[in-house]
Amino acid sequence: MTESVKSPFNIQIGDELTWNVQPILHEIRHALRTLLETGNGSIIDLRSIPLAPGEEDTILDALGCGEVHAKLNALGPSEIYETRFSGVWMVTHYNAENDVISRFIEITRFPNILESQREDMTTSLDALEALLDTTPGSDKTETHAETNT
Amino acid sequence: MTKDLSPKDKTLGEALRSQGISRRSFLKFCAATASMMALPPAMIPTIAHALEKAKRPSVIWLSFQECTGCTESLTRAHAATVESLIFDSISLDYHHTLQAASGHAAEAAREAAMQEHKGKYLLVVDGSIPLGNPGYSTIAGISNVDMLIDTAKHAAAIISVGSCAAFGGIPNAKPNPTGAVAVSDIIKDKKIINVPGCPPIPVVITGVLTHFLTFGTIPELDHLGRPKVFYGQSIHDRCYRRPFYDKGLFAETFDDEGARLGWCLFKLGCKGPSTYNACATTKWNGGVSFPIEAGHPCIGCSEPNFWDGGGFYKALSMPTENISKTAVYTAAGAVAGAAAVGIMNRYTRGKADDTHEKATIDDLEK
Repeated sequence: MTESVKSPFNIQIGDELTWNVQPILHEIRHALRTLLETGNGSIIDLRSIPLAPGEEDTILDALGCGEVHAKLNALGPSEIYETRFSGVWMVTHYNAENDVISRFIEITRFPNILESQREDMTTSLDALEALLDTTPGSDKTETHAETNT
Repeated sequence: MTKDLSPKDKTLGEALRSQGISRRSFLKFCAATASMMALPPAMIPTIAHALEKAKRPSVIWLSFQECTGCTESLTRAHAATVESLIFDSISLDYHHTLQAASGHAAEAAREAAMQEHKGKYLLVVDGSIPLGNPGYSTIAGISNVDMLIDTAKHAAAIISVGSCAAFGGIPNAKPNPTGAVAVSDIIKDKKIINVPGCPPIPVVITGVLTHFLTFGTIPELDHLGRPKVFYGQSIHDRCYRRPFYDKGLFAETFDDEGARLGWCLFKLGCKGPSTYNACATTKWNGGVSFPIEAGHPCIGCSEPNFWDGGGFYKALSMPTENISKTAVYTAAGAVAGAAAVGIMNRYTRGKADDTHEKATIDDLEK
């Protein structure tokens, strides 16, 4: 039994009137087992669950923080960290005003949002080539490098 | 080589790339969109694929007998970045509250949009339509009913935003001096998506627009024309105070021990059991809270005739049977129990409708 935590409305988190904390933690447990056995990941959208005041914090406290912590700056900030349970990630997206716009628990080896995307890499390659083409003496530099190799 | 397309011809993917928005940002946008539309996260790749190819639809927004609360709600949508992207990807060709033009110039813009996008534009309506005397509400000398019929004729889809457009709302409340009716009372030959609420939750409005933008279809609707994805479950079924109801623990007044302990507000007039909306999960003000969480009963604003239900703090909430008996039913089966209470409340509502009495200040203070 988790330790009783008082919410602003005096609802005793951890007693029999706590509704979603334990089921979500069990869902994560099942999802982690599935990931280990089949390699298939899962995503839980915390915004689709009717959480009582204080319950989301209780879930976050229960999961804790692990070894990896990443921040994105893509249409507003995003915070991604692995919880103390390996394979269980917390992904929170904010808008430009720092309001939470979505919060997911991802049970996966690595959240997809952190991977470099093919389209972005293609654009980057174009940009890098354009940069080198326009840099004075770049042709000479490349020719010299190619000669040496 | 990139084609030099005008903004109107670009797909959303092309428009975003031309603005320098990365694929990773786009995926984040799709993740937030899936959450906003209450779709499972597994749908994110599908949404990404569909939005990538989506084109900007023309939107004509008509405001009739309304208080502008629906537009206020929409323009204060909390996920500013996501919403602004949605609005970047639609062409809002007419909205007389937001547009700079007025009078005949504004009407010329509406007619031009209707002509250019005949059969393809989205028509959004907020406010009810007065049938009693056209003079109650006109725009540029055109009666609301004439403008609605004219604009609806070649619309691809119609979205009634707010309880006034969806069900008649407050203008339709007894004694209904203007003869106010809903859009669906006038337009009979087109599918109408009702997005009721007073006002509707902002992300529900944008969620419906996004659904059309993403899939090019209207979402699955309930018997009142509301998208099931947002209005499929009652406030009561998704309320975090529901277990108190099941336990028979109720606040009896707004300042008693039960109220302080956050118990169920059913006896204080909560219309949650008979109200279908997304407030309990989507919440308001950036997901911070919703009326019940703030200690006030749901007033049922997304249901037809909510204003004539017999009083926010009594009629619908007064149990017609012993509440402990009802609690036993619900404890035996949450869904069946909610249905039983729903039926009970519909019975109460019907009774309240039949014996409707004017609400007074005293009633509100009871």
